[in-house]
Amino acid sequence: MRRKSFTRAINTLLLITLPLLLAGCGSALLDSKGQIGQEQTRLILTVFGLMMIVVIPVIGMTFWFAIRYRRSNKNAVYQPEWAHSNAIEVAIWLIPCLIIAVLATLTWKTSHSLDPHKPIESDVAPMEIQVVSLDWKWLFIYPEQGIATVNEVAFPKDVPVRFRVTSGSVMNSFFIPHLGSQIYAMAGMDNDVHLIANEKGVYPGRSTNYSGSGFAGMTFDAHVTSEEAFDDWVENVRESADSLTFPKEYEALALPTRDVPVKYFSEISPRLYEDIIQSFHTGRDGDTSPNSHGDAPMSAEAAE
Amino acid sequence: MATQTMTNQHAQTAAAEHEHDHHADHHDTGGTTVFGFWVYLMSDLVIFGSLFATYAVLAGGTAGGPSGQDIFELPFVLVETFLLLFSSFTYGMAVLAMNTNKVGQLKAWLGITFLLGAAFVGMELYEFQHLIAEGFGPDRSAFLTAFFTLVGTHGLHVTFGLIWILVMFLQVSTKGLNAMTRPRIMCLSLFWHFLDIVWICVFSFVYLMGVL
Amino acid sequence: MFGKLSLESIPIHEPIIMGAVAAIALAAVLLLGGITYFKKWQYLWSEWITSVDHKKLGIMYFIVALVMLVRGFSDAIMMRSQQALAAGGSSGYLPPEHFDQIFTAHGVIMIFFVAMPMVIGLMNLVVPLQIGARDVAFPFLNNLSFWLFVAGVVLVNLSLFIGEFAKTGWLAYAPLSELKYSPDVGVDYWIWALQISGIGTTLTGINFFVTILKLRTKGMTMFRMPIFTWTSLCANVLIIASFPILTATIAMLTLDRYFGMHFFTNDFGGNMMLYVNLIWAWGHPEVYILILPAFGVFSEVTSTFSRKRLFGYTTMVWATVCITVLSFMVWLHHFFTMGAGANVNAFFGIMTMIIAIPTGVKIFNWLFTMFRGSIQFTSPVLWTLGFIVTFTLGGMTGVMLAIPGADFVLHNSLFVIAHFHNVIIGGVVFGMMAGLTYWFPKAFGFTLNEKWGKRSFWCWIIGFYMAFMPLYALSFFGAVRRMQSYADTSWQPLMILAWVGAVIILLGIACTIIQLYVSIRDRKQNLDVTGDPWDARTFEWSTASPAPFYNFAHLPETTGIDSFWEAKQKNGAEALLSQGPYEDIHMPKNTVAGPVIGILSIVLGFALIWHIWWLAALSGAGMFVAFLMRVFNDDIDYYVPAAEVERIEREHRERWARRDELEHTNRLEVRA
Repeated sequence: MRRKSFTRAINTLLLITLPLLLAGCGSALLDSKGQIGQEQTRLILTVFGLMMIVVIPVIGMTFWFAIRYRRSNKNAVYQPEWAHSNAIEVAIWLIPCLIIAVLATLTWKTSHSLDPHKPIESDVAPMEIQVVSLDWKWLFIYPEQGIATVNEVAFPKDVPVRFRVTSGSVMNSFFIPHLGSQIYAMAGMDNDVHLIANEKGVYPGRSTNYSGSGFAGMTFDAHVTSEEAFDDWVENVRESADSLTFPKEYEALALPTRDVPVKYFSEISPRLYEDIIQSFHTGRDGDTSPNSHGDAPMSAEAAE
Repeated sequence: MATQTMTNQHAQTAAAEHEHDHHADHHDTGGTTVFGFWVYLMSDLVIFGSLFATYAVLAGGTAGGPSGQDIFELPFVLVETFLLLFSSFTYGMAVLAMNTNKVGQLKAWLGITFLLGAAFVGMELYEFQHLIAEGFGPDRSAFLTAFFTLVGTHGLHVTFGLIWILVMFLQVSTKGLNAMTRPRIMCLSLFWHFLDIVWICVFSFVYLMGVL
Repeated sequence: MFGKLSLESIPIHEPIIMGAVAAIALAAVLLLGGITYFKKWQYLWSEWITSVDHKKLGIMYFIVALVMLVRGFSDAIMMRSQQALAAGGSSGYLPPEHFDQIFTAHGVIMIFFVAMPMVIGLMNLVVPLQIGARDVAFPFLNNLSFWLFVAGVVLVNLSLFIGEFAKTGWLAYAPLSELKYSPDVGVDYWIWALQISGIGTTLTGINFFVTILKLRTKGMTMFRMPIFTWTSLCANVLIIASFPILTATIAMLTLDRYFGMHFFTNDFGGNMMLYVNLIWAWGHPEVYILILPAFGVFSEVTSTFSRKRLFGYTTMVWATVCITVLSFMVWLHHFFTMGAGANVNAFFGIMTMIIAIPTGVKIFNWLFTMFRGSIQFTSPVLWTLGFIVTFTLGGMTGVMLAIPGADFVLHNSLFVIAHFHNVIIGGVVFGMMAGLTYWFPKAFGFTLNEKWGKRSFWCWIIGFYMAFMPLYALSFFGAVRRMQSYADTSWQPLMILAWVGAVIILLGIACTIIQLYVSIRDRKQNLDVTGDPWDARTFEWSTASPAPFYNFAHLPETTGIDSFWEAKQKNGAEALLSQGPYEDIHMPKNTVAGPVIGILSIVLGFALIWHIWWLAALSGAGMFVAFLMRVFNDDIDYYVPAAEVERIEREHRERWARRDELEHTNRLEVRA
């Protein structure tokens, strides 16, 4: 009776989990399109495997002990006073310690190798894209090209990109699942994450940190193209009639709007990104005198 | 179930007849009370710790407004400090009086402590009002927010202490020194000295370090 | 005159809310009407509302928790339904303004008003009995703590039909929770509900810490305490050390919102990262406050129903202490993606992983308690077995999240949601259900219906896996938390599967409600006459069921761990029944000040939320006066006459002698 209900339970669990495991194929995290993301996929799977060393025996022992030592089983040994064993104590402290030691080493190494602030080693010169989270859309500023877009970002394949990230309102988190690491977008602060895409395609991006009523629609597309196609894209943006100056046109853009369609700005203020950050360093009544720590925008790392 | 357990009402009326008919089985309730108050003080310490940490983080956020150097007046703060430190001494005298059962002296020392503490709070209120009048209130910048809150929270605690001193004055006058009032005077003593220690941290960490 | 309050504050245009309000109003009318009709107000007031009896307070905590579970779970089902519908351009049936309140309320209610009171309720009921004490160290404060908690419950429920709740997520991150981005009263409801009930919790922490350290019975050294008491002690240490951080942080947010200060604002030097650090410095110990007593429950249950000593008692204690200390050193793992830099991230990641070691040790200790035991598959045991499997999986996903490099792609995704539900449901909920079943007879004098208990378990465990495994999978597709809708329709089948899982859990909750009804209806068939229905090992089982209000006629003496069990083995259970001569017992009187202060705090909170300053001043003054009246009151205790004690004890002995006749044992035969 007991065994039957256990088998039923296990069968049900397998039935549910197997399709889920299979569904993982082709997913953003397990099939990453960029070097950073691919390292992260390997890391996740490695840790999963290491944890299985503990998890599988524990679950096995749970079922085994429960079934074997059930009260109705008169064949099993019953030792009601046995409550201590040095050998077992040593094992149950030591083995997890060893696994954690391995994981800790892995943690130390990958925290450094996958540090979002660390530039990506490459022969190709990196490019910079500045990202501003607004309510409820994403503003992308291309300082080198002097253009800006809303809810669409493009960059060439195999080029390391330094995303500098800030916010024009509340805390958000800039994330392109197919490419890897996300980073928080915070007003008045200049965060950054280095990513690279190794395959052409269009990858969805979004904020992961809930930021208000328009949060669900705060998505964008990342277009990873060839160098030529990227140049074409830039030219396309330059044909737009819209410009984004600071402060006037920026403040109009920053007004809360939802499900915002893609916008292109052919002209931007030269220090648009820095101005946006600086705007949160003001004193009373728009007084823009610098605070006592000087002019430089504070990075999240320095502040920590 | 109703038959097995007696209602409180019934017990209390039955007990009324046996009010004084028992031997004292005091499991040191006074000691437990004082210990419990220590534990509460530890939790209060965590609150102050959070406020100190907050001050440390926000002290640089002057947002174009004044910094500590601009607004702290050390002589003024020195007087406040002596008032509070001396009040700790006078409270100590009060406890000594309690231990020797001198109710009159106890009340006198409580009174002096109250005056010193009230003077401290008065000076602090004056400092705050003065800053606000100049436009340097807690809404001016993060630094001022943290300053007003940390120092103000301490001042609020001292104010509660003053009210407590009045209550103890009243209780000692009406009930004398007994198993209920003695632990309370001890707890207030712990509270008062605790606030003194916190003030030393405030004085050093906020005022001195802000100016130096 | 009424501050910001007006008739427009009532959301009459929201049918779903009005429907919920109507249902709650109906239930309230039935309840209050019933009490009036059956003339039970006097009884309620003197036996329950003003009671300082830890057992009654424990029961009340748990009842309120179960009621709030219904509301918190309604939120859950609404969220699952919305996400099952709102794919690829469809906006579902919940607009963001509503959905955002629901996920916020769901988190706040489940943590603060379901899980915490269940844990505190069990600690209240059990700990003084386990240590052989008559009550806690500060019974008045215990009552006050309960009513401050109720104030939080009332405020959170008031937000449903007067005004709105916060739309910020359960931790109300700044600057979203600041006045600029959340100008409405929602965040203020959040602030005052949590601040008021939080003070109650801090008082509980102090109370139980002192109780356990100072009121243990003769011979009970620290290392002879029952394991549930140990885990409670550690949980209370965590409360004392962490809740003040929450108090301070909420106070700072309050100052920002009410006085225009700049702790966490975007500008004028405010620092939103400070908020995140402070709130998680509280938040991480909070989850250990929830899980440690659950671990204690599992230790007691495993030992009792395996009829075997707990394996590795000393190691269990040290592991618990390790977890307690370590829980303060890991908070940054909640925001690796804030960008703190590799060294800082790595440190906190490694510290987080280290907690897995003592936790793993505990799991092995439970397994080895079962090893060579004689296990009976009562529903508490099923909850325990379900816990071991589920919590291990959840712990595994936690270790995965603890690695910053992995967390960078998993943070804020459905993986995190699945992880923490994995450990909270598998750990805390299963533990509370096991504890409820295990200690129910001690509270009420009869056992719960086993059949419905087991049905509840199977629904919960199957429902849990069906509801949350899809979320793990979805996270790998880039699905994040708190999405009111999503564009990718390929996610929808898994969302629907998750919804089915939630429905199955709903059936599990229904089974528990039915279980309670059936058990009360059939209580005469399931009486616990001896007070020791499970033939267990610790002192709470040496009293009658329910325990007399004074707990023990004679305070017990200990000679070792499981002293009660050892004495039973040596002399038999009957020899342990109390014998005369009896003495007068010193007990605390009921308190009016406790409920009065609690109720006034509701008015105070409400007034502050709506900026009705005169009402706030009035109720605040009222609370102060009530407290003063308590402080000046000398008449706070009394002596139970020995004759009364003898009468009660004799009644218990007589029933005990007739136990075979009285106990129809429709429940599992546990002895021998």
